[in-house]
Amino acid sequence: MNKGGLLRYVLKRLLIAVPVLIGITIIDYLLMNLAGNPIDMMIGPRITEAAKQAKMIELGLDQPFLMRYWLWLKELLNGNMGYSITTYQPVTQMISQNMGPTVLLMGTSMLVSFLVAIPTGIYSALKQYTVRDYVIVGTSFLFISIPGFFLALVLVYLFSTQLGWLPSSGMKTLGGSGGLIDIIRHMIMPVIVMSASVTGSNVRYIRSSMLEILQQPYLRTAESKGIGRFKVISKHAIRNAMLPIVTLIGLQLPMLLGGSVIIEQIFSWPGLGLMTMSAILNRDFPVIMGVSLLAAVAVLMANIITDILYAIVDPTIRYD
Amino acid sequence: MAENSYLRAVWRRFKRHKLAMVSLYFVLFVIFVSLLAPIIAPYHPNRITGDFGAPPGDGHLLGTDDVGRDVLSRLIYACRVSLMVGILATLISTVIGVVLGLVSGFFGKLLDSIIMRFTDMVMSFPYLLLVLVAAAIFGPSLMNIIFILGFVNWPGIARLVRGNVLSLRERAFVQGALVAGLPKPYILFSEILPNTMAPILIHSSSVIAFSILDEAALSFLGMGVQTPTASLGNMLGAATSQAVLTNMPWIWVPPGIMIVLIVMSVNFIGDAIRDAFDPTNPLV
Repeated sequence: MNKGGLLRYVLKRLLIAVPVLIGITIIDYLLMNLAGNPIDMMIGPRITEAAKQAKMIELGLDQPFLMRYWLWLKELLNGNMGYSITTYQPVTQMISQNMGPTVLLMGTSMLVSFLVAIPTGIYSALKQYTVRDYVIVGTSFLFISIPGFFLALVLVYLFSTQLGWLPSSGMKTLGGSGGLIDIIRHMIMPVIVMSASVTGSNVRYIRSSMLEILQQPYLRTAESKGIGRFKVISKHAIRNAMLPIVTLIGLQLPMLLGGSVIIEQIFSWPGLGLMTMSAILNRDFPVIMGVSLLAAVAVLMANIITDILYAIVDPTIRYD
Repeated sequence: MAENSYLRAVWRRFKRHKLAMVSLYFVLFVIFVSLLAPIIAPYHPNRITGDFGAPPGDGHLLGTDDVGRDVLSRLIYACRVSLMVGILATLISTVIGVVLGLVSGFFGKLLDSIIMRFTDMVMSFPYLLLVLVAAAIFGPSLMNIIFILGFVNWPGIARLVRGNVLSLRERAFVQGALVAGLPKPYILFSEILPNTMAPILIHSSSVIAFSILDEAALSFLGMGVQTPTASLGNMLGAATSQAVLTNMPWIWVPPGIMIVLIVMSVNFIGDAIRDAFDPTNPLV
């Protein structure tokens, strides 16, 4: 794709995203309306009935749905996502406070997953139909099929209650001196659980992508030039097999975000997932919908970025 | 008859996958046991029949749970619930996805854009989060869980069907039917749908596996099937109590292993079906 074409593609991709983004906010707002009275969610805490009525009229909540949506959207653009009904904190503030640990956990898990899956997948493809290949494929199936919470329970049972090697909850030892080592010790089990299923499916994707490339005629050409099998694989095959993997990152973000709710709950990891789960158990809808909206926007953006990256790294693909 | 020999060839290729055959027998066995649960289960699943948290032994093959119910009986009924959720939710989402995908791919233009953008929107929300939110709004119960999973899980199928329709629409037999002036709904359901059945089947098998996992996750978090009704997820949920986790592994290990086995079997079967339908594989 030439430069002009790429630019056009990026613009087009962004344009398509606009209605989707608007749609996401509508769905979010609709769900919030299904959940309960938005007045209680939008205005601050501890307000009398009369003040509530006044606020309702002031905010225009006595108006029709579309008008109300518009007002909500304007507030949203000013960074006001409403207030939590349990902690009375602004939702934006709660989200920014809890974001760090979740990003740390998800980023590490994704990194670990690719560091394990890329060599394993390539090795498995190169050894297709051998015992080792079968073992790798079987193990990746096991990883995909094992529910995160069961794996978490097994790990906690083994390493915390039986062996006492790893802490089973939190991010730092309470009252401890803290430090990097302490955080890493707390991260080991959550990262294993979070990366397990993702690694399983990554191995399968990379393996099949590699197998497909290995059958391409240009590899036979490269091999027949006599440059040696190692060079053929490292220079020609792997590079091309890595292309589709770019899209995996965008695909797996929603899975990881969803998974973080369960994993953070089990390990009491102080991030967005834990906050969301306690909001769900308390029916704290402003918080729930704030997180959902944020997550949906993050996923949408990740998809746009992967699409654009894909267009850049693969010059043979044309988008018209 | 040509149809018949094709299916027989597919079945022959499927049978070559030893693991998939073992999985198939296992799933059939679980379905059989679930259907006959009232006859096979040694006790009523919700009745207290023994000591609190008794280890496996006489009278209770897998022991009793923390309130004294028979774990084996609950496990059998839990499989029944999990399979039912998995299959019914998949049926709902498949029907929605197939209809939207067919319409979107066949009629194209504005309708296609609207449906596909809507699909993008739904897919942007993290799946589990959407399901949890819906469960919080509509209240967790067996029926609600089935509907929620069904109504949230259709985008994948819709996209798949749309893609297939787009390529089938250009094929000669569809173009011919169009030129012959056959009614469009007839072409859609009698010409296009049968030819996209195989990918739908393959995809549905993985949706069943995911639905079973999702039900388990929801029930584990307390937002799915509620006790006393046993589900694989809420049986595992008992292990969030430290005492159960540490001292009574017989309560939470069997349902966990059961989920892994069922989901893995379904995945193996799906993979073998995919291979069996793949026309590039030799017909043995």
